[in-house]
Amino acid sequence: MLLEVKDLKTRFFTEDGVVKAVEGVSFDLAEGETMGLVGESGCGKSVTMMSILRLIPNPPGLIVGGKVIFQGEDLLAIEEEEMRHIRGNKIAMVFQEPMTSLNPVLTIGRQIGESLELHKGMEGAQAREETINLLRMVGIPDAASRVENYPHQFSGGMRQRVMIAMALSCNPKLLIADEPTTAVDVTIQAQLLEIMKRLTRELGTALILVTHNLGIVARYADKVAVMYAGQIIESAPSLELYGNPKHPYTIGLLKSVPRLDESVKAKLIPIDGLPPSLINLPPICSFLPRCVYAVDRCREQEPQLVSVGDNHYVRCCLAIEGGKA
Amino acid sequence: MTTGDNILLDVRNLKMYFPVKTGVIFQKKVADIKAVDGVSFYVKRGETLGLVGESGCGKTTTGRCILQLYEPTAGEVLFEGKDMCKLHGGELRQMRRKMQMIFQDPYGSLNPRMTCGSIIGEPLTVHKLARGKEWREQVGELLRVVGLNPYMADRYPHEFSGGQRQRIGVARALAVKPSFIVCDEPVSAVDVSIQAQLINLLEELQTEFNLTYIFIAHDLAVVRHLSDRVAVMYLGKICEISRREELYDNPLHPYTKALLSAVPIPDPAVEAKRERIILAGDVPSPLRPPPGCNFHTRCPVAIPECREVIPEWRDVGGEHWVACHRV
Repeated sequence: MLLEVKDLKTRFFTEDGVVKAVEGVSFDLAEGETMGLVGESGCGKSVTMMSILRLIPNPPGLIVGGKVIFQGEDLLAIEEEEMRHIRGNKIAMVFQEPMTSLNPVLTIGRQIGESLELHKGMEGAQAREETINLLRMVGIPDAASRVENYPHQFSGGMRQRVMIAMALSCNPKLLIADEPTTAVDVTIQAQLLEIMKRLTRELGTALILVTHNLGIVARYADKVAVMYAGQIIESAPSLELYGNPKHPYTIGLLKSVPRLDESVKAKLIPIDGLPPSLINLPPICSFLPRCVYAVDRCREQEPQLVSVGDNHYVRCCLAIEGGKA
Repeated sequence: MTTGDNILLDVRNLKMYFPVKTGVIFQKKVADIKAVDGVSFYVKRGETLGLVGESGCGKTTTGRCILQLYEPTAGEVLFEGKDMCKLHGGELRQMRRKMQMIFQDPYGSLNPRMTCGSIIGEPLTVHKLARGKEWREQVGELLRVVGLNPYMADRYPHEFSGGQRQRIGVARALAVKPSFIVCDEPVSAVDVSIQAQLINLLEELQTEFNLTYIFIAHDLAVVRHLSDRVAVMYLGKICEISRREELYDNPLHPYTKALLSAVPIPDPAVEAKRERIILAGDVPSPLRPPPGCNFHTRCPVAIPECREVIPEWRDVGGEHWVACHRV
């Protein structure tokens, strides 16, 4: 296994109370594998990724428990100095906002060159040449002259390509893409995802695709984990998850989005209510107040993540049968 | 185009150019951003017209021009037979009561210093439709209609979630009992599980109040769910317009085809078999749109003619219009 996350718990201690952003998340990822992490805003997807990279601002945030074992080493136990060597070098990240994650006063070449200098010890002409190669790799036309440009001279999609080039510059073992296509248009989204999938396949990089869009993940991920209120509530290989969803929340999500390949329904079936506040989580099962399948049993025992099939895990005491959306 | 008495809104050759100026004191116009460049369509009473396209293609500007929030550079916006562009002052205000807008950003479109009740009730005051006890009753009723509680009238926007704020925006639009609403990406900023709630609400309201919608969105699956007819915009122009089933089952314009193929379907088994058209490059700047067909720079089937001649906007039968040389 390349990455094993075990019972990760991250909390934010705020004036209003303790925010349980990540509450016992476990998953693993093999080399070269692509995982999709799906959930709505505020469910803890990004905090989970930030925790893996130890980028949680402290205070108010703190990783209060669990292990993040990357290539046999617990990242939560090593020194900050070692961690800095891993970030960007072995684990790289692409952020959602291509506008704000690039430095506006440095040229693109300078910014990509920086990680090459820091991690690979390249200098001058060599770094520049490598930068141009990287820009070509992500499909930026006229790379040799674009390298002198500043971020504002690039469109949103192009900036996100630059981010991908930067992330892949050091040949990382793991790439974390946090909502990489949320800020761009559908046709650009398709371009970016194809590039990312092709490059990670060529380079043998494992990929975690964090998104709220169930559609994106369906095409690109080998396996999918669904998060709700700080916990993974279902995980399975993609075909299994979409073909045979078991958790009421997953079923609800799949039913609530209109699909292009289905005949137009008279009405969508929404999930009632709102996601819970992470400060004040409902007791026992966090999805209970919104669940349409709930029975008395749900109010008695906290659901555990249990196996319901080949690599298919569900956190629900009912594990609904045959709920294909 | 077909005409008849059931046409509520008829937009003819609408153009909206934004001037680009240079100079500090003596400003000189140097160019035009052609945000909307000759758009014609009509909307029938009680139907929903979906308007799709990527960001910057002019969908929102078109919507705003219809409501005269921008003064169009050229063209006509005939609402109930009257040209909105020629109306001024009180007359325009009277017409505006019949048309409202729901905005995309549930955070930016509500004044944080006003209570939810005063936001919803403001149109009632402006148009002198109600006051005092009657005003309060109507506000309460509007809240109930959009699925909120009347007691929430005294709360401020920050006390609501994104989905609830969008409901406040809907209630405000309904306050003056309009017959026509431009919904500008009303569900794009909210979470998936909340999206469906809002879509259902909009549909219920349409039936209940006999509303006509223009539904602007970039999510083609949502537009398909809601619309009777769909118009696809690219770089300030409509490239294809048709009835929903026809557009999704039999898209003619290469841009429509690419857009549809780029929408992911939440099912890996289906996705594995789908063919994708990946468009090369970015949308050109509306400051210097390409000559000829404005899509030719990214079009996978472009021929030399496309680079020179602007394709004619023509009817291919059954309310299906398209602008493309290759069709």
